[in-house]
Amino acid sequence: MKGFGMIVATVAVSLCFSTCLGWAGQVLPLGLPPVPVPGDNPQGPEKIALGKKLFMDERFSADGTISCSTCHIQKKAFTDGLPIAKGIKGLEGTRNSPTVVNAAYYKEQFWDGRVASLEEQAKGPFVNPVEHGLKDFKPIIEIIKKDPDYPSMFRKAFGIEPQGITIDHVVKAIASFERTVISGDSPFDRYMYGRQKSAMSEAAIRGLQVFRTKGRCQDCHRIEQTSATFTDNKYHNLGVGFSLVEPELFDIVEKVKKAKKAGIELDGSILGSKKVSELGRFVVTLDLEDIGRFKTPTLRNVAVTGPYMHDGSIETLEEVIDLYDQGGEDNPMLDSGIRPLRLTDQEKADLVEFLKALTSPEYENKK
Amino acid sequence: MKTKNKKAAEGLVMAFDVDPRRKVMKKKMSRRSFLKRSAVAAAAATLPLGLVEISWGQSDKRNFTFAYISDSHLTHIKGANFVRNFDKGLKKAVTECNFMSPKPDFVVYGGDLAQLGKREELDHGLEIMSRLRHPVKWVIGEHDYYLDLGQYWQEKIGRLYYSFDHKGVHFVVLNSILTYDSWINKWKSPQERMSNMARLDNPHGSPFMVGDKQIQWMKQDLSKVSRQTPVVVMSHSPLYKIFKPWNFWTDDAEKVQAVLKKFDKVTVLHGHVHQILYNQIGNISFEAMMSTSWPWPYPVSYIKKANQVPRLTVMMNRADPFHERDATGWSILNLDDGRVTNHYKLWENKDRILKYDKKLGYPIDMEYQAPATRIPPQMHY
Repeated sequence: MKGFGMIVATVAVSLCFSTCLGWAGQVLPLGLPPVPVPGDNPQGPEKIALGKKLFMDERFSADGTISCSTCHIQKKAFTDGLPIAKGIKGLEGTRNSPTVVNAAYYKEQFWDGRVASLEEQAKGPFVNPVEHGLKDFKPIIEIIKKDPDYPSMFRKAFGIEPQGITIDHVVKAIASFERTVISGDSPFDRYMYGRQKSAMSEAAIRGLQVFRTKGRCQDCHRIEQTSATFTDNKYHNLGVGFSLVEPELFDIVEKVKKAKKAGIELDGSILGSKKVSELGRFVVTLDLEDIGRFKTPTLRNVAVTGPYMHDGSIETLEEVIDLYDQGGEDNPMLDSGIRPLRLTDQEKADLVEFLKALTSPEYENKK
Repeated sequence: MKTKNKKAAEGLVMAFDVDPRRKVMKKKMSRRSFLKRSAVAAAAATLPLGLVEISWGQSDKRNFTFAYISDSHLTHIKGANFVRNFDKGLKKAVTECNFMSPKPDFVVYGGDLAQLGKREELDHGLEIMSRLRHPVKWVIGEHDYYLDLGQYWQEKIGRLYYSFDHKGVHFVVLNSILTYDSWINKWKSPQERMSNMARLDNPHGSPFMVGDKQIQWMKQDLSKVSRQTPVVVMSHSPLYKIFKPWNFWTDDAEKVQAVLKKFDKVTVLHGHVHQILYNQIGNISFEAMMSTSWPWPYPVSYIKKANQVPRLTVMMNRADPFHERDATGWSILNLDDGRVTNHYKLWENKDRILKYDKKLGYPIDMEYQAPATRIPPQMHY
């Protein structure tokens, strides 16, 4: 096993010799591109350690029960295994908790991409009434200042004294930690980028072929020459959950337009409504073509990050494939790349095997 | 004024999205460079259009907005089954039209609601169109006509040619897809006639025409209209001659143009060609509307099973054919002092705006002028 690991590492380095080194000390798992790091928030071990501690801290919530890791549990591949996220007092949100694993590669965050960076994303849940439930960020800063460990950790990470700590430092640290939560090196990666043809089963290899051709998966879940993030960073309407809004579509859209004009905060009030939530990307852009569109999620570790879709409404990979096979859920704004596929049972089974080959070693048996 | 118009006509100001007559491009392009350019185009395409809230000034009473949906080609298969792809195009256009803000004064349907003129297809189309929250002005296309020579259309929808005035603009709707009686009467059955008219590159085809009777009516109708009144003519086929084998053509176009010659501001809006296409001939601006069904030209590219699109004998380039709605769409038109600004709503693509340039004397594409900024055609599939 040891020898094998070395081979993989050698191949990984030789494949992307000049471009793969993201930040100092980072070793990229096989099959992943360099992690994008913003210029104003360079990676560093102290900051990452601080971010991890903040990520786990349940005190940053209205009733002291919710941390980031409540919904993004490391043991469950940084998901919660629930259809819909649960926050303080068991309150339910409107969408499925996406995995943090490889979220660093998304160009925009959240299912509707309403923020561009991991830093901005990390702010949202703290003050969302059904997540951490805080009114503002003040309690977080107070707790940090009084904590026995945090002040020195912030000093090491940012070179600042306790009175200078702001929420921006908090989310920068959390984002830095999240940029280390990346995983590749799956059987697919070893097959595809490690030139190890036996890494995937025959069924999975056939499934990859379906994925690239008749299944029409690859157009959105991208596989590139030297790496694969399995996303196009775009937004698509598959019709999932759309029947909930379709009868009242016109009125709901008008309401959202008015609310946005009045400058009402998206996170708490607008998206708290299940129906408004189903408008997806539209709520962010107010572009009609974005009605019912949601971000293409990565497929890495998909076998251990169910249930699926933005509303967690589908439990198994088999059912997800059936949805695509029938051409999504019919609605007037259905994405025009979605159409009936007429896959055979064998092709469907092979696709599932391929998707299972996208699980990284550290998340095997984590379901 | 006259010389300027002449000059414009000589220059033949035409902008094809893709020239239907152009054969395969000579220069090869690697996938990588294509993707690179596509990425640039995609980034530009994400500029928020918002809710088509176009801030037209409302001071002039002749300033108003209407929408144009065309060429849906709803195709009956059997029983209650219709070709899904084409249904989706019309449904999408209707949904988006309903969200227009400010509301359009009316929506024009530009013809070819049906594929083979069947009652099932026209009924199905009317059912989908009934979801529109705006009044509709109808133009008939050859696919609606050649089964029963417009009988069911007249029963269910209305007259085949007519005129109306709206906020100081005179609109004329023509049935421009008529043809010679000898051709109409030569077939064994209405179905045979219809399918022959539906075929492109058909050696047994026949060119469209408006016909002397209608031209006479048009003369009569326009005799009451002053030359300063802006005139908008809506027909299914282009009222000029582009490409005969595909009937991008009206045989007596010159006669129709002559009747329109005396007016200061004339715009012809037509469907049929399923692509962005515009031209200036003399005093007349011509603008084509997008189709909601499929783009002409299109390649024989991604075909898993018969795709129900009429077979073409010439291979064509088009943008990414992976997406059914790619290179289709509809239009929002604003009339400002009698001149049309045409806002093409292009699905899966960046919207484009065609505006009449008063100085040049013809319509120009507001953004896609410089060849360097054009999206290159796709060379492989």
